[in-house]
Amino acid sequence: MALIETRIAQANEKKPSGFVRFIRQWDIQLMVLPGLLFLLVFSYIPMYGVLMAFQDYSLFKGFFASSWVGFKHFEMFFRAPEFWSVMRNTVVISLLKLAVGFPAPILLALMLNEIRSRVFKRTIQTISYLPHFLSWVIVSGLVSSLLSTENGSLNMLLQSMNLIDEPIHFLSLPEYFWSILVATDVWKEIGFSSIVYLAAIAGVDPHLHEAAAVDGASRLRQMFSITLPAIMPVVVVFFILAIGNLLNAGFENILLLASNPVLRDVSDVLDTYVYRIGIQNSRYSYATAAGLFKAIISVGLLVVANRIARRSGNSLW
Amino acid sequence: MVHLSTGDRVLLTVIYALLLILGFAAFYPFWNATVISFNEGLDTVKGGITFWPRTFTLENYRIVFEDSRLVNAFVISVLRTAAGTFCGMLATAIFAYGMTRRELIGRKYYMVFCIVTMYFSGGLIPSFLLIRELGMFDTFWVMIVPGLISVWDMIIFRTFFLGLPAGLEESAKVDGSSNWGVLFRIVLPLSGPVIATLSLFTAVYHWNDWFTPSIYISNADLLPIQTKLQQILNSNIMSEQMAQLGSAAQGRLNKMRTVTTKSLSMATMMVATLPILCVYPFVQKYFVKGVLVGSLKE
Repeated sequence: MALIETRIAQANEKKPSGFVRFIRQWDIQLMVLPGLLFLLVFSYIPMYGVLMAFQDYSLFKGFFASSWVGFKHFEMFFRAPEFWSVMRNTVVISLLKLAVGFPAPILLALMLNEIRSRVFKRTIQTISYLPHFLSWVIVSGLVSSLLSTENGSLNMLLQSMNLIDEPIHFLSLPEYFWSILVATDVWKEIGFSSIVYLAAIAGVDPHLHEAAAVDGASRLRQMFSITLPAIMPVVVVFFILAIGNLLNAGFENILLLASNPVLRDVSDVLDTYVYRIGIQNSRYSYATAAGLFKAIISVGLLVVANRIARRSGNSLW
Repeated sequence: MVHLSTGDRVLLTVIYALLLILGFAAFYPFWNATVISFNEGLDTVKGGITFWPRTFTLENYRIVFEDSRLVNAFVISVLRTAAGTFCGMLATAIFAYGMTRRELIGRKYYMVFCIVTMYFSGGLIPSFLLIRELGMFDTFWVMIVPGLISVWDMIIFRTFFLGLPAGLEESAKVDGSSNWGVLFRIVLPLSGPVIATLSLFTAVYHWNDWFTPSIYISNADLLPIQTKLQQILNSNIMSEQMAQLGSAAQGRLNKMRTVTTKSLSMATMMVATLPILCVYPFVQKYFVKGVLVGSLKE
């Protein structure tokens, strides 16, 4: 509340009759103040609580009585034997997902745009939206059923084509894990993410296409020389957002698919590490430090991406 | 656009083929799981179940619906989705309407206060400890209250309200309506589309969220179906791994029934997905619009 009150006080200083007007408009303030109080409690208090990364937080002493230890937990995190594998996994998985998952919906939108049959287009769209609405629990269930060694469809297919003799235990072998992760992620979001690009394509001036057709440009040529450049501003904005989310390598997906500890070496990313150390092992300060480290890098990435985008004339702010 | 050159025809054929493959890939895993859920468990073990059940049965579903723990989890999910969506929409809409009023003192500061929360958050651990301090562990409300107001939704509501004709509100005021009266009698009834869109996304979030209950709720009777399902699937993977190690006991146990853990978990998955499956194709119009509103904000 203190914050709000100072804000109100600031507002009051500007207009002498402010306080009276504030009381008179109590009914409107009553609409807003509970919401602000809510944000104060559930957003601002945890933000302040991040400071416990610099403490030896103990549940019994609480936040205010716990002792301050400076950068101890950060140093511990950087020296931890798993630090490099966690960082490598986070970066590699994120980049793989960006490289495959970012262009995929754009390509899908470009392809859907070429379809003239409304029924076909509509059907493909509706089907491709389905996975977005399934929870990660369901998706992980579908994936482990599909890849199962006991009559999973993929193993059955590979065996019937005589490509393999023995079923492959996809979900226990580290070498397959990253591919599975990227594939499920693209599978889940490709259709839904294409909505925005389809809308952008719909706004492209049809005269451009007609003119290009008169000049003898093929459909493929039009796709890459007219449609794609026309939707580039939208693509750039979403690319910046994707960079800002880069380190969210797919927390739920990894948590659910990598239940086998054999995979930990390739599956542990910053988010799952924070969860495992913080929630499961109750090392609160240490886990908060690791989480704060991630948040700082994320903000840095967003700023850098935006700076690059600004140079090309499309920026977020 | 009248006649196609050979190159264009090749391109279109390739595109049709790719889209068909994509449509198949998007649908097959789900279809296969549905088929397994309708197939006799012991028969599935023999392999070869792909597009159609071989030995059709409703046994898997019968066992799921007879399991009172699963039915209870389903009810919790329904209650959570209903309460979470209703309370969330109501709180967010009231908040958003207040923020649209020009005469609101401190409006600019309030807005900054909101937007900061979109870029920064305390992260998992501080939020976890806050919920703990608030004594919300092991309560139903831990699934509702912390997500009550979404700043993102508030901004979308606000943009929509600002687009409504101002004359309506003024004439209601002349007729003696209070601000709250205007909100409930004029503004909200006119906001059908935006309420539908945001409710859909909020409801899907509440229905699908398994993580919040998994860290805050230990009382098994309060767990929603997704979290329950996650526990079931997790124990299945474990048992599959144990079977790999050569324990024959698992297999012997399974032979006594016609259902298997796999057929049962597939049936549970279908039950947990059914509500969403029933709703999403029919509200496509709304969520396509919703995504666009969201992206315009950016």
